[in-house]
Amino acid sequence: MLEIKNLHVKLQEEDKQILKGVDLTVEAGKVHAIMGPNGSGKSTLSYVLSGRDGYEVTDGSATLMGEDILDMEVEDRAAAGLFLAFQYPVEIPGVGNMTFLRTAVNAQRKARGEDEMSAAEFLKVIREKAKSLQIDAEMLKRPVNVGFSGGEKKRNEILQMAMLEPKMCILDETDSGLDVDAMKLVSEGVNALRNEGRSFLVITHYQRLLDHIKPDVVHIMANGRIIKTGGPELALEVEHNGYADLMAEEA
Amino acid sequence: MSLPKVKQDATDARLSALTLPAGGWADPARKDALSRVQAMGLPNARDEYWKYTRPDTLVSAEVQDAPAIEAHEAPIFGERDRLQVVFVDGVFDAEASDDLAMEGVTIERLADAPDIHWAKDVYGVLETRGQTPVHRPLAALNTAFATDGLLIHVTGKAPKPIHINYVHKGAQSDAILHHVVKVESDCQLTILENGPAAARFNKVIEADIADTGTLHHVRAQGRDHDRRAVTHIFARLGSESTFKTFTLTVNGVLTRNEAVVEFTGDDAKAHIAGACLGDGSFHHDDTVFVTHDAVNCESRQVFKKVLRNGAVGVFQGKILVKPDAQKTDGYQISQSLLLDEDSQFLAKPELEIYADDVACSHGSTSGAIDEDSLFYLRARGVPRGLAEDMMTVAFIAEAVQEIDDESLQDELNERVTAWLARRRT
Repeated sequence: MLEIKNLHVKLQEEDKQILKGVDLTVEAGKVHAIMGPNGSGKSTLSYVLSGRDGYEVTDGSATLMGEDILDMEVEDRAAAGLFLAFQYPVEIPGVGNMTFLRTAVNAQRKARGEDEMSAAEFLKVIREKAKSLQIDAEMLKRPVNVGFSGGEKKRNEILQMAMLEPKMCILDETDSGLDVDAMKLVSEGVNALRNEGRSFLVITHYQRLLDHIKPDVVHIMANGRIIKTGGPELALEVEHNGYADLMAEEA
Repeated sequence: MSLPKVKQDATDARLSALTLPAGGWADPARKDALSRVQAMGLPNARDEYWKYTRPDTLVSAEVQDAPAIEAHEAPIFGERDRLQVVFVDGVFDAEASDDLAMEGVTIERLADAPDIHWAKDVYGVLETRGQTPVHRPLAALNTAFATDGLLIHVTGKAPKPIHINYVHKGAQSDAILHHVVKVESDCQLTILENGPAAARFNKVIEADIADTGTLHHVRAQGRDHDRRAVTHIFARLGSESTFKTFTLTVNGVLTRNEAVVEFTGDDAKAHIAGACLGDGSFHHDDTVFVTHDAVNCESRQVFKKVLRNGAVGVFQGKILVKPDAQKTDGYQISQSLLLDEDSQFLAKPELEIYADDVACSHGSTSGAIDEDSLFYLRARGVPRGLAEDMMTVAFIAEAVQEIDDESLQDELNERVTAWLARRRT
């Protein structure tokens, strides 16, 4: 599904190398988790993959289902099936949540040469999906993320994911700012989307989220590289011993 | 006091090209206005009040060519239940207009009205009041030379809006229209205006709103790119009255919209709002002057401008609070969205306050489209152009929301969206 090879990335403005040779392969239907201390490059990886400005790829590659995504426009990556659940979802005053989502769904469909979804069909589908995420009609009508609580914003991200039906979902610290109940709700939303054709890359500081979204593979990232890969037990190890031991091992 | 020679010559040239409509009840007001124009002189580029907008093509004896373009969409407000009045290049079109009759409202025409006592108390009167402390000679010129206009006396709650539809046909048409609106106590009316009107258009509305009266005004200025316009709205507000005006402007090589609002009764409310979208050789000027001369009145000015390809937007907005106008709530915001580095927004917000128990605030901002929001929309698959349009519509919508009627909001937002879409493809 997602294949990252020897990815080197620096900040455009500061000439600072952030990723120093990331290798990562996420197979179809699998959930991979990336853990790591602050500043290890986790969020940079998610931004580079989704196409945010300000980063320069100096070496390496990233392909989604065999297609090179690094040269694609942001919207084309989305249409190709990539989805980033933001750590800090952006508030957009004046743009209605529902309008935004219908525009996005239909823009992606159009880009893929598929038929657009009718307003009636869209309404039916979104109501159903919103209900399971406990998003009420009022939230759908409001401007995108404006006045939403932390939990509402994250639920809204998962709703977008559910509506857009991406192939490769990257969750960037989706657990940040969530209380226990909200984390459970969001995780259930994510788990409901797990299937054979869809892969996840879950970026998190804490093992806690991985109790709810059970990963197949766990990677530890430090200093711009993946320093260790293992099963779910690796997350528990980090929880008990912290990152210091692993980083010492690496050194 | 004599005028500087350049100004005198320009004023003489313009006046000699015009004929004072003779006779009738408005005669004294016209003659008075003419002598005021002669005393003030018409504006030129050296006038402080015209620092950001060159008045020469509005003042010149000759009209710059402005061909009417083929319409690509039906005129706005056309699907509504309304009383339509059509002016073609400033000339009343009886054929295209509805009967000037509606419950609760008397509508007559300046050009053929007999002795109208009520209008005498307004015609040129509010305009004259609006000449202090700043001169508005083009409005006085209008009072003197207006060839037609509507005299609207509101004596009830109008069941539907009056829609004034201005059609532009002649490439050199030069129209001067003057409307008078008098809203009696507890009465209510909505006026809709749209259309490019003429190659050059000078329009005045004088609105006298009695205690507890309500006037809503929504206007769309669009279409022909080369047209020029100077418009004034003079509103006088009695106690507990409401006046809300909103203008959407797209295209137009030169537009100056002045709103002059005066609170004379307590507890009244005035909202003056506008949005414009300019592309290329577009110059749009909103000049607003609000005078608080009564207690506990609320004024709101909300103006948004989207500018690109060298378009220029101007905002001159003033709130004057007189010594006895305690408990005044004055608010003013002007914002521009600059879509490139060639475009320009010039803002001159002013507060002048002589009362000590007031809440007045003003703000002005200029900025580009927010990159984080743009990235967020694109990351969900919305193409850049469409994402920019969505952000632009959202920016404008904050001004459009100043209109009470949601169906009018929707109609204007749709026009904005369509305008942007036409320019994207």
